[in-house]
Amino acid sequence: MATINDVVVKIGTVNGTGSASANGLLMKSIFRMGVPVVGKNYFPSNIQGLPTWYEIRVTGHGYQSRSDRVDIMVAMNAQTYARDLAEVSPGGWLIYDSTWPRHKQLSRDDVTVLGVPLSRMCNESFDGARARILMKNIAYVGVVAALLEIDLDIITTLLEETFAAKTHLIDSNMKAIRLGYDYAQENFVCPLPKKVAAMDGTKDHVVIDGNTATGLGCMYAGATVGAWYPITPSTSVMDAFRNFCSRYRVDPDTGEKTFCVIQAEDELAAIGMVLGAAWMGARSFTPTSGPGISLMSEFIGFAYYAEIPAVIINVQRTGPSTGMPTRTQQADIMSCAYASHGDTKHVLLFPADPNECFTMAQSAFDYAERLQTPVIMMSDLDIGMNDWMVPDLEFDESKIPDRGKVLTSEQLDEMEKFHRYLDVDGDGIPYRSLPGVNQKGSYFTRGSGHTRYGGYTEDSAAYQDVVDRLLVKWETARQILPPAEIEYSKFNKAGLLTIGSGHGACREARDRLTEQKINLNYCRVRAFPFGDDVREFIEQHDVVYIVEQNRDAQLRSMFMIDIDANPTKLVSLLHYDGMPLNAGFVVDGVLEEIAKGRAA
Amino acid sequence: MSYIAKPKVAHPKMPRNKLGLTARDYEGVVSTLCAGCGHDSVTAAIVEAVFELDIEPHMLAKMSGIGCSSKTPAYFVSGAHGFNSVHGRMPSVTTGANAANRDLMYIGVSGDGDSLSIGAGQFMHAIRRNLNMCYIIENNGVYGLTKGQFSASADIGSKPKKGEPNQQEPIDPVSTAIALGATYIARSFSGDREHLVPLIQGALRHDGFALVDVISPCVTFNDHVGSTKSYAHTREFYHRVVDADFVPPAEEIKVKYAQGEAMPVELHDGSKIVLRKIEEQYDPTSRATAFQYLRDRFNQGEITTGLLYIDESRKEMHEIMGNTQTPLCQLPLDSLHPGSGELKKILDQYR
Repeated sequence: MATINDVVVKIGTVNGTGSASANGLLMKSIFRMGVPVVGKNYFPSNIQGLPTWYEIRVTGHGYQSRSDRVDIMVAMNAQTYARDLAEVSPGGWLIYDSTWPRHKQLSRDDVTVLGVPLSRMCNESFDGARARILMKNIAYVGVVAALLEIDLDIITTLLEETFAAKTHLIDSNMKAIRLGYDYAQENFVCPLPKKVAAMDGTKDHVVIDGNTATGLGCMYAGATVGAWYPITPSTSVMDAFRNFCSRYRVDPDTGEKTFCVIQAEDELAAIGMVLGAAWMGARSFTPTSGPGISLMSEFIGFAYYAEIPAVIINVQRTGPSTGMPTRTQQADIMSCAYASHGDTKHVLLFPADPNECFTMAQSAFDYAERLQTPVIMMSDLDIGMNDWMVPDLEFDESKIPDRGKVLTSEQLDEMEKFHRYLDVDGDGIPYRSLPGVNQKGSYFTRGSGHTRYGGYTEDSAAYQDVVDRLLVKWETARQILPPAEIEYSKFNKAGLLTIGSGHGACREARDRLTEQKINLNYCRVRAFPFGDDVREFIEQHDVVYIVEQNRDAQLRSMFMIDIDANPTKLVSLLHYDGMPLNAGFVVDGVLEEIAKGRAA
Repeated sequence: MSYIAKPKVAHPKMPRNKLGLTARDYEGVVSTLCAGCGHDSVTAAIVEAVFELDIEPHMLAKMSGIGCSSKTPAYFVSGAHGFNSVHGRMPSVTTGANAANRDLMYIGVSGDGDSLSIGAGQFMHAIRRNLNMCYIIENNGVYGLTKGQFSASADIGSKPKKGEPNQQEPIDPVSTAIALGATYIARSFSGDREHLVPLIQGALRHDGFALVDVISPCVTFNDHVGSTKSYAHTREFYHRVVDADFVPPAEEIKVKYAQGEAMPVELHDGSKIVLRKIEEQYDPTSRATAFQYLRDRFNQGEITTGLLYIDESRKEMHEIMGNTQTPLCQLPLDSLHPGSGELKKILDQYR
């Protein structure tokens, strides 16, 4: 079927061969043609030599999730050729390097195979083994550009921007692209029936990954202390923070920095540093992933009980244990919500895309300081490391950051006596004093049992008084956290509910289901504890399909624990194979449940 | 354990420091440790040290982990904020606090369990960063709160109250700190306050990581015959090699020392620490010879004390990083981002 701006290209290569730049070039050039595009990177936990794939979905509709089909496969890796061929949707195309013959048995009647002698052409045109490998991967950009009718001028401009400092690379890259482009023009019917055409769908949008947006958000929030231990897939959050700070937080005259990034010895130390800095009144944060959360748990419980603000960015990967470090999941939500021993629970924020990573990274500091408690932003590998096309990030300068209830030296002087854990305002949030301000504000911060006045206690009533007051604070959190994104019509009796990176696939699934006359209301939860809006949404429906990316239906359990939701109407659609969610999974899941007799 | 506030009544004739405060103003709540605990003597030495240094109470931050030693920050300088963190993690919390506010003076109190077992990693990495703090280890060779198990600093052959003598090699914080490159390393004894106070003062004024390892006997679980961390054993095998006098800035060195014997070392704030060599061949500025001397004496069963190593030339954490002089926690948030206009320019790189 011929289509315009609805095509999926998947490229299979070997990692460490420069394919990332080639794929980025391809994606960006389509974006520059004004055509919405989605890029997903499926990479191994390895530096060089293993199979890696990049999937570019051209979507005139502007959908945000990965597709559930492959129209064009660029099979550059002989190692994965057979499975790559098998993955092509019927009627699709496969491009391969025809320098070497492929096995006769590897054929499919319903797929058109296009051989391009990429290695031979590059070997004839370039010198040196490394250059030949790199250029071979750039050359396939030319082939795809010819087949999809991507504007070569745009590609040239992009190369000029990328290699502004190394102009000799522009010519060699362009030469390689032309090799592929011209070969395709001469040997195949170009363009293919599925092609790309310029449109006006990317205005005021950017292509950015969530970790970059998160690091940028932390800088805009005024974070000054970042402590971390490197872990995939969160590492690029701190890289981004450091890069932006190096640009904007270094005094041009003295060279002095107004930020402090500390690479800790482990995650236990990273969170300890965050707490020390936050206790001192600085905005501090740590990016991590599941194994890091496990290590941080003791301190997270400390911060909950001693009431210290902390911002933790959890870029979730596939667990349990080491799991699959370069695959995505939402399987840490329960362990983050209730991290640490004893009665503890923590504020979670669920960004859906990089745009929301930017805004939520900022508001995470506001909530942490307002509530004097750890706030964990639950990103994931799909959001964090993939390139998403999102509306321009916006920063509202008129919005005043919330520093919470921090007493000034003057306020302390006016007080008869300062008591750290007294609920003066009835919202469960006490006033805090910072070290180095006024000795009247001094107190001994401790994780051991304490009274409302801050003193040590082993007295049952005095202990219980404080932990009960923490529940009052929990209810305050419920009121002030970001509301869910809800689309509701009273005519629909079934609802679809998700968090975070499930948003794109669910939005698309709703459209597809509507085409089949199945209308679902929608709720995207943005924070834990759950607000009254979420409670009402569940109550309003006979059935709520909960889409989450873990095996054990953790979100569903949290509805039962936190807002006493009726479990009989909560139906789970669980996706946990490590790949980003796609709409087809949601559609099929809903249809299956309907077939089983569930109302919709 | 209960929490008892001390009455703050001072005798009118009590000496006052430059801030007009008496030593009482540097006390904390009443200690709940066992009567005769070495840690209480260390607390008294800390009170004396900070009183004499004229430190404003709120400009001190008291940091600790978990254990008997880590309770003690409640017992001194109640006008200072304290942070009683989790077991073995005092160094990381202090690192973060110091990163946020370089204007405060940091005193960390830890124990041999807290620093040499569960927190050995954090202890080492604080040294590696040359974190500007005074790090006191109240070292008694046992776990007190869990009733007398050996700690990692227990010597080979040291006897417990019940059971077999220790057979595992001890971890010595002083030689560990020398190996790791700590820039101020001292050891003293809780029973020798005159010796201990100036070592703490020098440690507080030193610009970088300062370790004060204090043999501080546990009267309940490790003060019997056969223990190498008892009062009696420590007194017998205690070997002072270098004593130290702390001299505040602009105060002349009043005491005259014979040439070759006294060695004044100027600290960054202009104060001086004057080393008095008791053992002539000992050189507290050479890591290699200090290490060899300490190990030799250790093998002979001696506890070498004094200001054992000092290096004022190394940069502390903030200087290494090139951070601004203003405490990071005091920077207004709106000075820390380039605004919405610049955001548009940043975004243009992502189109």
